Amino acid sequence: MPNYTLNINGENRTVTADADTPLLWILRDELNLVGTKFGCGIAQCGACTVHLDGTAVRSCQLQVSLLNDVKITTIEGLSEDGKHPVQEAWKAIDVPQCGYCQAGQIMTASAFLEENSNPTEEEIREAMHGNICRCASYNRIEKAVKVAASKM
Amino acid sequence: MKQQNNTNFSRRNFLKTTALASGGLLIGFNFLTACKPEATMPVDITNLNFNDFNAFIKISDEGYITIFSPNPEIGQGVKTAMPMIIAEELDADWNKVTVVQGDLDTKNFTRQVAGGSQSIRQGWDALRQTGATARQMLLNAAALKWNVDVATLSTAKGIITNANGDEFNYGDVVKEASRLEVPEKVKLKDKKDFTIIGKDAINVDIDKIITGRPLFGLDYKADNMMIASVLRPPAFGQKLVDFNDTKAKAVNGVVAVIKFGDKVAVLANSTWAAMKGKKALSANWKSEKTESTKNHDAILNNILEGKKFNTRREDGNVNNAFANADKVIERTYHSPFLPHNCLEPMNFYANVAADKVHLVGPIQTPQWTVNRVAKLLNRKVETIHCEMTRMGGGFGRRLYGDFALEAAEISNIAKQPIKVVFSREDDMTAGTYRPAIKYRIKASLKEGKVTGYHLKEAAINGNMYGAIPNFFPAGCIPNYKVDTESYASDITTGAWRAPYTNFLAFAEQSFFDELANELGVDPIQLRLDLLQNVKNTTDKKIEYSGQRMEDTIQLVKEKANWGKTKEGVYQGFAAYYSHNTHVAEIADITLKEGYPVIEKVTVAVDCGILVNPTGAKNQVEGGVLDGIGHAMYADFSFKNGKPAHKNFDTYRLIRMQETPKVAVYFVENDEKPTGLGEPGLPPAGGAVANAINAALGQRLYRQPFVKELKKRSFLG
Repeated sequence: MPNYTLNINGENRTVTADADTPLLWILRDELNLVGTKFGCGIAQCGACTVHLDGTAVRSCQLQVSLLNDVKITTIEGLSEDGKHPVQEAWKAIDVPQCGYCQAGQIMTASAFLEENSNPTEEEIREAMHGNICRCASYNRIEKAVKVAASKM
Repeated sequence: MKQQNNTNFSRRNFLKTTALASGGLLIGFNFLTACKPEATMPVDITNLNFNDFNAFIKISDEGYITIFSPNPEIGQGVKTAMPMIIAEELDADWNKVTVVQGDLDTKNFTRQVAGGSQSIRQGWDALRQTGATARQMLLNAAALKWNVDVATLSTAKGIITNANGDEFNYGDVVKEASRLEVPEKVKLKDKKDFTIIGKDAINVDIDKIITGRPLFGLDYKADNMMIASVLRPPAFGQKLVDFNDTKAKAVNGVVAVIKFGDKVAVLANSTWAAMKGKKALSANWKSEKTESTKNHDAILNNILEGKKFNTRREDGNVNNAFANADKVIERTYHSPFLPHNCLEPMNFYANVAADKVHLVGPIQTPQWTVNRVAKLLNRKVETIHCEMTRMGGGFGRRLYGDFALEAAEISNIAKQPIKVVFSREDDMTAGTYRPAIKYRIKASLKEGKVTGYHLKEAAINGNMYGAIPNFFPAGCIPNYKVDTESYASDITTGAWRAPYTNFLAFAEQSFFDELANELGVDPIQLRLDLLQNVKNTTDKKIEYSGQRMEDTIQLVKEKANWGKTKEGVYQGFAAYYSHNTHVAEIADITLKEGYPVIEKVTVAVDCGILVNPTGAKNQVEGGVLDGIGHAMYADFSFKNGKPAHKNFDTYRLIRMQETPKVAVYFVENDEKPTGLGEPGLPPAGGAVANAINAALGQRLYRQPFVKELKKRSFLG
């Protein structure tokens, strides 16, 4: 199996894997970064969302062989101490129920707010539409994105 | 039902206090025998063997308090709320309390089950008594140390203060406390003195959740662990004939292929390799008998037309009521199967070694599962250790433990630690579905009153259970009858969030809305008038309260401005009692280009004393949106035994853009707390259906609603 060097959370990490292995499983199985979650495997639920050069993408659809020269950020690297405004808003609003989808929600929200730090409610709802919360904590996610926007 | 403040609590219910080798104090307590649960678990699982056991509080020499939370956490919030109750009576500083998930420990815990919204309700008394007993022992120790009367001492935030103003931290007296007898009588706090209960406490796992720390079953890792991806019969009713694993074994990382029963497991050193390996398997299956939704439809219709029913409750004579009525109305309601779709797919770790078995994973029923694994592997229960992880949703699916049994069986054959990981496709197609159900409800109206009510249920594998025939409108209508009958299918079915009532509430509450229209009375007034009849009931079988339901309805009516909304807003009302909690909901709908948009749902809840308001609201908000999502969009069926959907590309779950705002209000009273994991869900579908009727004049009798509305050209 070939080697690949990936830039993840500011560090270069070398992994040995088949070329078609999705980034999701590289993160979870090879690098022990399990904050990025597996939900559907077909880019429908958003649980596996990470940042690729700052853009929110579905890591279940990204083959490891195509990831040279990009900066990957996972939930573990979003902030040093869990103090990113989006993380703090999630805590202040007490968003999670089961908590499983929330890393993906936070990654989608943080990339979105970098692009648009003063979004309307409609824009928030559209931006978060790709992330499923099976517990349906949607009201709180929406509120937390608004709170985070006011702090960014 | 009122709370008691002075209790004699048998010493037998406490473990002897133990001085720990590491210092500090450990107190164990009987979790349930102390509080005599009034209700059995409403989820019908046989073989659940509840012994009488305990939970623990550990107080370190430094005064740090660890509470081992015994019940599985599936997102319902008990890992936060149950320790809050102990900490309240202990008079601890909540900020110094650490909560740890207890392992399955049949010697020391009882009812380690997440199901039926019962954890808080059944734990309330025991948890309070435990905290109060620990506090009393610390007080007694302090009194001895200071040589003063214990009555002169007070506590607050983990500090004991005497009449001179001297202070001991709890940690200062734990050594002495551990040598004392357990007091027989302890005083519980008055509600007005609560400092922790009733105040918002953020989810105890919040920091781990928002920073992506390992927490869930899928995150669990162990040395030499392999991942198992399992090929199961693609259709219910199929058996494995043979399979070819040549291509699977050629996949990088695949280590072994194991057949067990009618399933084939691919073992690999990574999840991706295991999943790829499974896809590379080819297999032949034979079908002896397979079922389709089309057949089910006919079968359930036949049941409704037939005469063979089990009568679950009968008051008066419905046939006489129908014969003497001014008008008789009959409607039939249809629901599809539903998969649970926990966002964390089913998974479980097992390491079956020669002398012991180690199980780790997300499970709602750890004890039942361990008993079944013991039987499967012919091991003694004592040799099996089960750890529970936080669960990425449960909704009933993780009651069934099939995935843990698979893991144990595979590990036993492979002689090595493995974790079974379901793909989403595995999860959706190897489910224990909410069964398809049909209800036929017939009512008689005479002189402006509902005089008779007859409900017939036809369900796949059975549905209605226990006390449900005694819920509203039992006791409100003089001639009343509930009949059920089921068809035995080999499609696995089971409890799905708010089992039995998640669809029944929609059918019943839509039906009452239609009766109110027919009678020309306000739908809320009809419910309130009917509830008067049950207020002074002497029928012990009726467990909902006419008065509490009335109070709940009045609160939602006021908060939602019922009947006084601005033009273009259409409202629908539903109320339902389930899992010991009374809930009433009003949905507000507007029309956008002729299509209905659910703008807002106002909810009133009577769950007794509110333990953790933020967690409680979260449960209700989620329950309402979950109820709306499944009523609007969820459609699941079978063709020749094969599930029609496998993933979220064709199976629709509710997403943020489709969600209304949910406003939650609680009825204030001093009743003991009841559960909230489920009761918010059942009324949601009815409230929305009734609002859709108010907006469009369209009555809905079938879920999912979008399919019906499309058929009638009310949705594009």
